[in-house]
Amino acid sequence: MALSRPRPNMGSRQSLVRKSLLTIAMATGAAVVLAGCAPGSTATAPSANPEDISTELTTEDVELTIADETGFPVTQKLADEFTKQHPNITFKINLDTFANLAANAPKLMASDDAPDLIRLPTIGDTVKDGLIANLDPYYDAYGWDTWAASQLAPLRVDENGVRGSGSLYQVGLGYSITGIFMNNKLAEQAGIDAPPETLGELEEDFAKAKAAGLLPLMAGDKDGVVNFAIQAAMNQFADKSEFASWIFTEEGATYNTPGNVQGAEMIREWADAGYFPSDINTIDYATFVSRFQGGEGVFTFNGNWAAADTQAKMGDDVSFFLVPPVEADGGHVAMGAANSFSVPAKSAHINEIMYFLNWIHTDDAARQIVVDVTGAAPGGDPAQALPEVEPGSLIEDALEMSATVGAEDGQLDFMSNATAGIYAGSIIPESQLLVTGKITGKEFVEAVQKFYEQELAG
Amino acid sequence: MTTSNRSASSLVDASASALRATATDDSSAVARPSRRGAGGSKAWWAARRGWLFVIPALVAYIMFVVYPLFLGVQYSFYKWNGVGPAEFIGVANYLRVFTDPDLLASIGNAFILIAFFTIIPVSSGLMLATLIRSIKPGPFSSASQAILFLPQIIPLAAAGIAWSWMYAQTGAVNQILTLFGLGGITRPWLGDFQTALPAVGLIGSWVLTGLCTVLFLTGISKIDSALFEAARLDGAGWFREFISVTVPGVRQEIAVLTTITIIAALSSFDIIYTTTLGGPGRSTLVPGISIYRIGFTQSDVGLASAFGIVLMILVLACVLPIQRLSRERD
Repeated sequence: MALSRPRPNMGSRQSLVRKSLLTIAMATGAAVVLAGCAPGSTATAPSANPEDISTELTTEDVELTIADETGFPVTQKLADEFTKQHPNITFKINLDTFANLAANAPKLMASDDAPDLIRLPTIGDTVKDGLIANLDPYYDAYGWDTWAASQLAPLRVDENGVRGSGSLYQVGLGYSITGIFMNNKLAEQAGIDAPPETLGELEEDFAKAKAAGLLPLMAGDKDGVVNFAIQAAMNQFADKSEFASWIFTEEGATYNTPGNVQGAEMIREWADAGYFPSDINTIDYATFVSRFQGGEGVFTFNGNWAAADTQAKMGDDVSFFLVPPVEADGGHVAMGAANSFSVPAKSAHINEIMYFLNWIHTDDAARQIVVDVTGAAPGGDPAQALPEVEPGSLIEDALEMSATVGAEDGQLDFMSNATAGIYAGSIIPESQLLVTGKITGKEFVEAVQKFYEQELAG
Repeated sequence: MTTSNRSASSLVDASASALRATATDDSSAVARPSRRGAGGSKAWWAARRGWLFVIPALVAYIMFVVYPLFLGVQYSFYKWNGVGPAEFIGVANYLRVFTDPDLLASIGNAFILIAFFTIIPVSSGLMLATLIRSIKPGPFSSASQAILFLPQIIPLAAAGIAWSWMYAQTGAVNQILTLFGLGGITRPWLGDFQTALPAVGLIGSWVLTGLCTVLFLTGISKIDSALFEAARLDGAGWFREFISVTVPGVRQEIAVLTTITIIAALSSFDIIYTTTLGGPGRSTLVPGISIYRIGFTQSDVGLASAFGIVLMILVLACVLPIQRLSRERD
């Protein structure tokens, strides 16, 4: 059958091509013109004038704005308690998800309505760009030199943007600690009668659990949380200060160390032995926590923040302890970090917010709230009495773990905090390959180091 | 049509995207000189009055589309974190886009998604529309149309979350497979390196098939029924009728749907973000996710802009030929 086929309209076709070319030419031309004026600013931080610094709380009515992440209720409770004690100070707390907040933090702080306090997990360029206030004058004014120096070190940044030393730019609302949770009931079933004393014993326990037909290790890696386990393994083999210098982005630091490789190879062995759940790459944080609490998995790697909830779900059937070292008498190394907050340089109420931060570390009621809500150590002066907790509870264990690691100087920051992009851009995708046996520990370490160098250079 | 209307329409054509260029352009271009030559200042005003009507749209368009596009092009030549001082680095960001194997792989994944976002929905939409047209109009036909269109009204983000539950180890997909004795092939579909990308792609097929079906149904209903009758009288079977009457009749719809689904595939973000976040490994990483991470997590605005511009050019390079092909046959 013959259907007529109209001739192509050459005119419109040519004009279409012409217009496309024209558009591209215009865009290029404009780009060349615009290239003359660079975007961005060169503004430097208005440093606090020493005369303006006061440790006396104002009697005027002040509303403090805090930008915080969702699912972190301690800030609201502390704010409520503070307003109860000092009714002239009120709070406005804006909540956003962790990822959104981290992505928007620099812009938020650079804007004219910057908050007075902001949750800032990664410092990045914010010090260099003059976005956050230098807290050294307040450190001196409030006499924070009595506080545990090791807890404050990761909150310092030097003039080259390297963390770990230099001026204080952040303060923690609670200081976290990580370890291993063990399901006591399942452990007994597998013939495990006590928490492991060495890493070797932990591996033997995994094998026992596997032989008993149980899942040895509950973990998830959809959003990278298996890295609690990966870093925990690395921590036991790596040189702690070398690892810390990498996390703090010191010049020339490398992730590709024999200790890190050994730790990563151990994870690969666990993957090959089938110690992880088979669908690990589809399990996110909430899922792995609820599956462990629901009785799946003998062990899991997590932090103090999960202690209260896990206890509520599992009662006395769970224990919480530090990751064991390679040798029984070796010191413990554990990830721990401040739930770090910074004061934007543009805040109009720096004196008031610093009074609030000092109060959180020194007021008994505030310290009690930090411990009750987060299970994290309240920080501050180690000589000050710790808040009371229920004897035999996981929170009590968590506080003891913090104290042990503090005494043994075994605290290390989370490797995912090294740079802003490294977690999503490299650690998560590479660890998804590692825990499913697609790459070796050596390849994992090399890939992460390559991304790190690229991000710091870019 | 008055002169002002006509010049306004040609102006909109010229300033709007090149995709909208039509033959009216040429006819008005021919008409204009003769009218302008006829009048004095009155005609001069009449000819320019059209600008007044266009200015509001033009200003909005320049402010919210053209200017940001220029800014994006500008940023792409800088090393800039979005806040601090910027450093001009020429085409270094573009070189990075074309040499970084991870970024190139994400472009490759986007092209694989075209199979699921374009080929499957457009072809199955065409077949479904033909089938629905062949059944008697009534409650069954309207119900099937409504059901097919339903996925389209669900936000992609919500579809992504629901599907990630169904694809889970204990989810509906594996339950159904086990029910049919296929327990051996069950797996965490989104967590498996081989199946994650097709699994994500099928969510896109599920969403877009309804849209394609509905658009094809309207297209088929516009075909002169005499053509179908003539075909049948000539002894054509359903397949011959489909190839010779239906497909040529909906050529414009095919072009439009191919265009928008290819754009959906190359710029996909929400389905991936809510299901796999680009994982496992980088097996479902697409440019949308990469650009978001580079720009907003790593705060490398320059590289993110360069990648965005490259993506835009890629989309244009895929879509413009389709526009031309569909016009050629008109």
